[in-house]
Amino acid sequence: MDYFAQQLINGLVLGSIYGLIAIGYTMVYGIVGMINFAHGDVFMIGGFIALITFLLLVSTGLTAVPVILLIVILVSMAITALYGWTIERIAYRPLRHSFRLAPMLSAIGMSFVLTNYSQVAQGARVKPVPPVITGGYTLHESADGFVIQLSNIQIVVVVTTIVLLAIFTWLVSRTRLGRDMRACEQDQTMAALLGVNVDRTISMTFVIGAALAAVAGLMYLLYYGLVDFFMGFVAGIKAFTAAVLGGIGSLPGAMLGGLAIGLIETFWSAYFSVEYKDVAAFSILIVVLIFMPTGLLGRPEVEKV
Amino acid sequence: MKTPSINTAKAASGIPALLKTAGFNALIALVLFSLMVGVRTEAGSDGQLTYWTRFGEVASLVAAVFGGSIVIELLKQWIGPTGAEKLVPPAVQSGMSFLGRYLAPALLIFTLLVPVIFYDQRYILDLAILVLTYVMLGWGLNVVVGLAGLLDLGYVAFYAVGAYSYALLATNFGWSFWICLPLAGVLAAFWGVLLGFPVLRLRGDYLAIVTLAFGEIIRLVIINWQDLTGGPNGVSSIPRPSFFGIPLDNSDNGLAARLGIEYSPTHRIVFLFYLILALALLTNWVTIRLRRLPIGRAWEALREDEVACRALGINTTTTKLTAFATGAMFGGFAGAFFATRQGFISPESFTFQESALVLAIVVLGGMGSQLGVALSALAMIGGFELFRSLEGYRMLVFGMAMVLIMIWRPRGLIGHRAPTVYLTKAHAISSDLVKEGHG
Repeated sequence: MDYFAQQLINGLVLGSIYGLIAIGYTMVYGIVGMINFAHGDVFMIGGFIALITFLLLVSTGLTAVPVILLIVILVSMAITALYGWTIERIAYRPLRHSFRLAPMLSAIGMSFVLTNYSQVAQGARVKPVPPVITGGYTLHESADGFVIQLSNIQIVVVVTTIVLLAIFTWLVSRTRLGRDMRACEQDQTMAALLGVNVDRTISMTFVIGAALAAVAGLMYLLYYGLVDFFMGFVAGIKAFTAAVLGGIGSLPGAMLGGLAIGLIETFWSAYFSVEYKDVAAFSILIVVLIFMPTGLLGRPEVEKV
Repeated sequence: MKTPSINTAKAASGIPALLKTAGFNALIALVLFSLMVGVRTEAGSDGQLTYWTRFGEVASLVAAVFGGSIVIELLKQWIGPTGAEKLVPPAVQSGMSFLGRYLAPALLIFTLLVPVIFYDQRYILDLAILVLTYVMLGWGLNVVVGLAGLLDLGYVAFYAVGAYSYALLATNFGWSFWICLPLAGVLAAFWGVLLGFPVLRLRGDYLAIVTLAFGEIIRLVIINWQDLTGGPNGVSSIPRPSFFGIPLDNSDNGLAARLGIEYSPTHRIVFLFYLILALALLTNWVTIRLRRLPIGRAWEALREDEVACRALGINTTTTKLTAFATGAMFGGFAGAFFATRQGFISPESFTFQESALVLAIVVLGGMGSQLGVALSALAMIGGFELFRSLEGYRMLVFGMAMVLIMIWRPRGLIGHRAPTVYLTKAHAISSDLVKEGHG
């Protein structure tokens, strides 16, 4: 039971990170209708920028951890958001009215570009960072000595995710931008006729998605203590799996899917085998889609004739 | 769909506007590159991170972006607004159609002669074999993506199934290549059907992620099932193919000795070349023939409109499953060939990048066009080899090329998506037959 509770905590933390990335996929899919294959790599870029900013700040002699983290989070969100904006501008906007596969292939190309760009720019070796947020709480200690730990970094990850989700939900449901986004999602031509700047709304979607991915990158960096140029691929397809599992295009679905994938992975590694955790996650995706072809919370697709 | 050319009219004109655009782009480039390029991090020997700055590189990149955007803007003004219909003179048009008619046979004859022309150049022969392998994979995937319109991001799984089928059957039971080749195809087709079943109800991008997941599952199982597949170490010393039982080596009963000619290792390369050429042409021939059969028509109908397809009584289940199975079978053949050529296979050869590469070949070639797929395989693999000296920058250039080609020709180099059959003439029907006048 204690072991279960510990794995539950670990799974929720991992799921939060996946959920943050998955939101970027699902938002872009909802509005533009394309799979943004480069999103996983945007997450990786976010991790790198967080690492570099962190390194620069530490070398200036700054020691207050909350100040450092605040600056790191802002800088990495800003620069990664600019990456997201630029990618949309260069690789996706010219193809917006093209046929369905064209933007997806362009995105795959962009993903190759980003992976290899950071390999060339930062080298192929894994970059470790010392633990920044240390300590934690012992929640429960059983008779046979098994301890349920809740570390501070886990709290930070989950709290950050909840705060960002709250801000993001408010943004989508209450602000002008959110309304524009929902309008573009339903009908771009009609939204444009009613005075919504479609180009800017789509750009903003990419910017927000990239900023959330940057936070996920920072959380990953803090939680696992390393970044490398190839981490975007695996995290990217996991997060995309999460988005599809939750029902692509649905924001609560993305978070739910992220948590589901995180929990499946953690429990599978805890009780069965670590090697097959990804196989388990993908298999469950396939099984869920057999019975619910549009994911857990996705709207059933209407076939237009 | 054609984009309205309203935006292009307001393209920047005049030098100040030009400089403004270029300056803006340069500023963005400065922010983008400042940390990622400007600060190089590296883990020291004691695990401590160190960094050093590279402002020179950032400055030159920003300058390159500045110069590049000026050139692009000037080119845009020089070429004029895009989207306008380009009038092609009739002479050029007839020349193009002449070229189109004779390009494929000419290419085929040239390919047949490649081992004769380049007999002494081992490198070119190896490259040609590689290109032909991808041509075959492209043609195989074309059945699924180009004809049936089912987006498959995990095609490499069938390639892997074929390769491992041959490698394991040959190394464990000593079966010959010619027995294993059909078996590899059958096994891959079986896996194709197995993948096909759960995805029958899925559409579009759900299908894409499931096929991607399937490809990853196969790869992960190969890595982790160490007893059977050798895990990350792969399978080595896979037997070379024989010329229908006669080995191609330096022994007394080898082909060279039987024919009474001097042995040369190139014989095997030439044999492999014709083998993959034959397999690729088989793929092409079967695809072309299938397109004329009811099942091929059903694939194309499925691609054009699934709902209409169902309304007309086409069984979409069998249509999809046969498309998956056929495509997978050719992938399996190609995999078996890959295993026998390399003599060694490991899971590293079957990553998502391979799937993406084959899909890129199909889409860039113009989905459904056999000639286009062959040409784009040649361009992609050949181009990839040209940049071999760039090492780390190779995939970077490759990715950029993919993006640029998609922007330049979104429908592929040779667009050809027209259905094989269509009504040639609109018939006027008597107004008695229809309610609203014209039919």
